[in-house]
Amino acid sequence: MLQVEGLTMNFGGFTAVNKCSFSIGAGTITGLVGPNGAGKTTLFNLIAGAFQPTSGKIRFQGKDVTKLSTDQLFHQGLVRTFQIPHEFHRLSALENLMMVPPAQKGETLLSNWLQFGAVKAQEKEVRARAWETLEFLELTQVAFERAGNLSGGQKKLLELGRTMMTDAKLVLLDEPAAGVNRTLLRKLEEKIEILNKERGFTFMLIEHDMEMIEKLCSPVICMAEGSVLIEGDFQTVRSDPRVLEAYLGEVAYGETA
Amino acid sequence: MELIGLANYAVYMAIFIGIYAILALGLNIQWGFTGLFNAGIAGFFAVGAYVSAILTSADVANRIGGFDLPIVVGWIGAMVAAGLIAWPIGKICLRFRSDYLAIATIGIAEIIRLVVKSEGWMTGGARGVNNVPRPFGDLEYFQSQLAYMLMVFLILGIVYFLVERQIHAPWGRMMRAIRDNEAAAAAMGKNIERRRLEAFIFGAAIMGLGGALFAHFNRSITPEAVDPMVATFLIWIMLILGGSGNNRGAILGVAVVWIIWSMSEMITDQLPQEYAIKAKYMRVFIIGLMLQLVLRFRPEGILPEPQYTDETNKEKVQRGSPASDAPTT
Repeated sequence: MLQVEGLTMNFGGFTAVNKCSFSIGAGTITGLVGPNGAGKTTLFNLIAGAFQPTSGKIRFQGKDVTKLSTDQLFHQGLVRTFQIPHEFHRLSALENLMMVPPAQKGETLLSNWLQFGAVKAQEKEVRARAWETLEFLELTQVAFERAGNLSGGQKKLLELGRTMMTDAKLVLLDEPAAGVNRTLLRKLEEKIEILNKERGFTFMLIEHDMEMIEKLCSPVICMAEGSVLIEGDFQTVRSDPRVLEAYLGEVAYGETA
Repeated sequence: MELIGLANYAVYMAIFIGIYAILALGLNIQWGFTGLFNAGIAGFFAVGAYVSAILTSADVANRIGGFDLPIVVGWIGAMVAAGLIAWPIGKICLRFRSDYLAIATIGIAEIIRLVVKSEGWMTGGARGVNNVPRPFGDLEYFQSQLAYMLMVFLILGIVYFLVERQIHAPWGRMMRAIRDNEAAAAAMGKNIERRRLEAFIFGAAIMGLGGALFAHFNRSITPEAVDPMVATFLIWIMLILGGSGNNRGAILGVAVVWIIWSMSEMITDQLPQEYAIKAKYMRVFIIGLMLQLVLRFRPEGILPEPQYTDETNKEKVQRGSPASDAPTT
């Protein structure tokens, strides 16, 4: 589904991502691990079109998408979330989800003035779908709360919820568990699994919580200093001496709140 | 006699409140809903005022004009022209982040003012465009003022309705999302650049209409009337004070600030000459102080941005949500 070939990103003299190559199969949940500063988030930003790579190619569903911007990639079915929650803080939780569906009729000025009936009818559908998503995430009690007032964990769920409002094919999750308490974490894992199995989303997720990686991800890719160290199932990656070395001096701790 | 004078003054003030409210609504689209720091309101105001004046006035030597078109055509022309000018400006400047956009738009408004002042063949130079027809202009003074006021209010009502419609629609939601978090809005497939340009042009067109109403009311437009002190910064203060992101707040802010502004003029005019000049700066100071106080104690304005989800959000209050803030509606 996604092929990355020799992806390199230079920031000035610093090479954050160095000749990364891997591919992701449809229907999988791929984990991306590695010590801090390994270039995981930069790699995500490259795939998601936030940055243009210095060199290398990204192919998505057989098409070269290296040059596409974030919003164009969205329409191809590649959706991302952020490490630090990027909620629309003055919008309610419900609105945060309602803004997502692409090509809404009411997004054009003229149809709001001339065809308000049609816009309203579509709004009703979008709203119902957003409400369903909130129910799935068990967030209905804060539906009308400003997203900025939600807790860190709730914002994370909301980020996940936004990806559910689309017909995404590949979802990039950047540390979905960071700052989420244990109970909510299990819930989050559950949701990701359901989405993978029932909605057919392919996931790629960066995570430091090894329990979550172990539970969800296969294969696991380990990065260090900008390059891919090893790819394989969790046990292989965990016991590989190079991986241990990369983490040495660092503790691979689960970030719990 | 005294009463008539008072009524005259009230109507005169109300007309200005109506015109500035239209400008504030335009700014609210740009700043309140989209987060675009346009500090060049006066520029779009000027474009609207001059275009409408030139299109509708009679022929004069040494200046283009004499189109003598109906006033409504002038207004539409004003909106189209302000929108058209906004297009290349937005195309270039909207790439800047907020404060840079402010600097760029101040510069552009200044360029427009200088062009208006120096290109006499087009704008009449320092003398401006005179004999601009005024709707209901042949009525008796008071009736004419009253009729103009009602007309301005009617137009304000229409503009308010058109803008509110957008804000409650998915378009407004998308704009507020872009304002709150650009990166996330892009990640959700919204074309930020195009949408911001849309809001910029939409707001500018409304500002152009405000300018046109101003020109027709005064029967003339001169470069002095395009004063950034009033037409840009006072509008900003009105919007911030009233509540950006809330159209009713914007209109309320205009009324409050304009009443204080013109009342203070009335008071300072009573002073002896040598103090009157100094007092003029006092007025500016008072407005600045008001802005400071609002930003310190109520940064969201008198009427803060409401929840736009829709009317059913009342159930939140009924369920007794833990949010402790008192209902502000």
